[in-house]
Amino acid sequence: MKIHEYQARKLFSRFDIPVLPGEIATTAEEAEEITTKFKVPVYVKAQVHVGGRGKAGGIKFAETPEQAKEAAKSILGMDIKGYKVSKVYVVANDPKLIVTSESYLGLILDRGKKAYCFMACAEGGVEIEEVARKTPDKIFKIWIDAAVGMMPFQARKLAKFLYKDPSMVKQASQIAANLFKLFRCLDASLAEINPLVTFKTGAVCALDAKINFDDNALFRHSDITEMYDPEMETDNDRKAKEMNLSFVPMEGNIGCIVNGAGLAMTTMDVIKYYGGEPANFLDVGGSSSPEKVKTAMELVSSDKNVKSILINIFGGITRCDDIAKGLLIALETLKDIPPVIVRLTGTNEKIAREILLQKGFNALSNMEEAAKHAIKVAEGGAL
Amino acid sequence: MSIFIDKKTRLVVQGITGRDGAFHAKQMLDYGTNVAAGVTPGKAGQNIEGIPIFDSVEDAVKITGVNTSVIFVPPAFAIDAMYEAADSGISLIVCITEGIPTQDMLILHDYLKKKNVRLIGPNCPGLISPGKSKVGILPGHIHREGNIGVVSRSGTLSYEVVYSLVLAGYGQSTSIGIGGDPVIGTNFIDALSHFQKDPETDAIVLIGEIGGNDEQESADYIQENISKPVVSFIAGKTAPPGKRMGHAGAIITGGGTTAKDKIEKFESVGVPVATLISKIPGLLKERLG
Repeated sequence: MKIHEYQARKLFSRFDIPVLPGEIATTAEEAEEITTKFKVPVYVKAQVHVGGRGKAGGIKFAETPEQAKEAAKSILGMDIKGYKVSKVYVVANDPKLIVTSESYLGLILDRGKKAYCFMACAEGGVEIEEVARKTPDKIFKIWIDAAVGMMPFQARKLAKFLYKDPSMVKQASQIAANLFKLFRCLDASLAEINPLVTFKTGAVCALDAKINFDDNALFRHSDITEMYDPEMETDNDRKAKEMNLSFVPMEGNIGCIVNGAGLAMTTMDVIKYYGGEPANFLDVGGSSSPEKVKTAMELVSSDKNVKSILINIFGGITRCDDIAKGLLIALETLKDIPPVIVRLTGTNEKIAREILLQKGFNALSNMEEAAKHAIKVAEGGAL
Repeated sequence: MSIFIDKKTRLVVQGITGRDGAFHAKQMLDYGTNVAAGVTPGKAGQNIEGIPIFDSVEDAVKITGVNTSVIFVPPAFAIDAMYEAADSGISLIVCITEGIPTQDMLILHDYLKKKNVRLIGPNCPGLISPGKSKVGILPGHIHREGNIGVVSRSGTLSYEVVYSLVLAGYGQSTSIGIGGDPVIGTNFIDALSHFQKDPETDAIVLIGEIGGNDEQESADYIQENISKPVVSFIAGKTAPPGKRMGHAGAIITGGGTTAKDKIEKFESVGVPVATLISKIPGLLKERLG
């Protein structure tokens, strides 16, 4: 799960990681009031779950409360990569605090090493993946044993990589230790400070905050679950979530409904292999009830680019007859459904074929044949 | 022979009174697996399909001599169930449960190593040694006894592969689904090393997907340690970066984790990667003669 920058900063404060004062505003007037209260210039920052906000015009500097009001007015309601901005974060930017260095601190799980991986880089504010690819030597890494946890010497090592000044080293190692504590206590999957800055005063401070959480652990963190922002999801995302479907929309014109993540990816690959373009990834999961299939049909056919739908089922736990029943319900209740090509193999395949045949559907049994047929139909061929 | 499970496997089903646990306990029993016990705390003395239920894994081990556990308990309790199995003398744990917190898995992983207990999964379909034993949720009837070892991160994808192998006349020594989570107990390399040692396995099919770098590491391992023919298939060539494709682990997060990277790596060590599933049997035939 992702959260907003302002929520991540609140969590930073809770774990004693220094941040600059900031408040959230949903109207231009609120942004103005906050700036008046701060008595210093501010940054007005769009709160959406995507990177590249600055480039998209979602972050503006304001010298005065009036400017902050104007900035908020222009940012609120903006569309950034498909997300509508309804909140801005107003962050104090005291001109007396002169930034003397920017660096990066990040914590992730290393799935291969089965350990935590803490990364530091003396270049802050940059795209860290870019640095990792082009100049991997610039990133300093420490692996932390899961059972042992982070030891103070490891925090010092990270801090010493970034700073020489003993006071800065002390501050930064405390920040690193606290970030680890946060990561572990809250079951994060990623925590980043980018940039971590030093001021002329000698203080070390987190200028930005990013935290992602492990969805699997949310059941034990009700405070984090409450931070979920439904506005950051499309109607289709929400529908998919409710029915426990994995759905990722794409650019093509052939809708896919498949059971199992690996087979769903493979179905997209097969379509592409034969010259078609998949419109989505959709995994209906293991025990797929007819209702799930109906929702899947609704999601896939809501994309107006979709010219044919390929249902590819290898029945193991999934029963082919459940899929067939769900498909018939969908065809009866939904309007404007593009032509559907069905491939069924496995558990209860025979019953499923009979159910479909009654409605004039001839289910195929080979995935590659079915994919080729779906491409032909999408190009205007006969069903 | 086969790997990890065979006729000597004596199984306990943890979470046997749940919907999935009860259904699959019967499926495994029908397949011929020696399902000797079930465990649900507080339900000792009952039975399901004639399988006696115990309060604890310890009791099940003492009374029925089970050596393998399959776990169907909900995610919030699955970690406890795995520690319990490991502490009670079980040597192989197969965890079907999906949705276990990743950090819990990190710590459990070290513990199991210390206890010398093998874990398969979590979030996996389990494994089958056709004609001998099935532990998990795989559809038994599509498999045939034979000499091909199959290892896959994904369940249905491995069924599709097994189906095309059977159509071409190839049976399986063992087919194992290692799971789609970022942190899993048994990885490709573990399965490969066992298939290499198994006298009944003549060739191996490795089915990978986007995300992580297990496939790359196994490519290096194959080059050094595997003399049997290996054929691969990689799912997710059309997956967009940064999006989680169903499996928690199936996400392109940067260099090295795309399907293209993995295919190139396998090919560089002489492991052919089938462009379509239907081409896997042909590649095997070229290598097995």
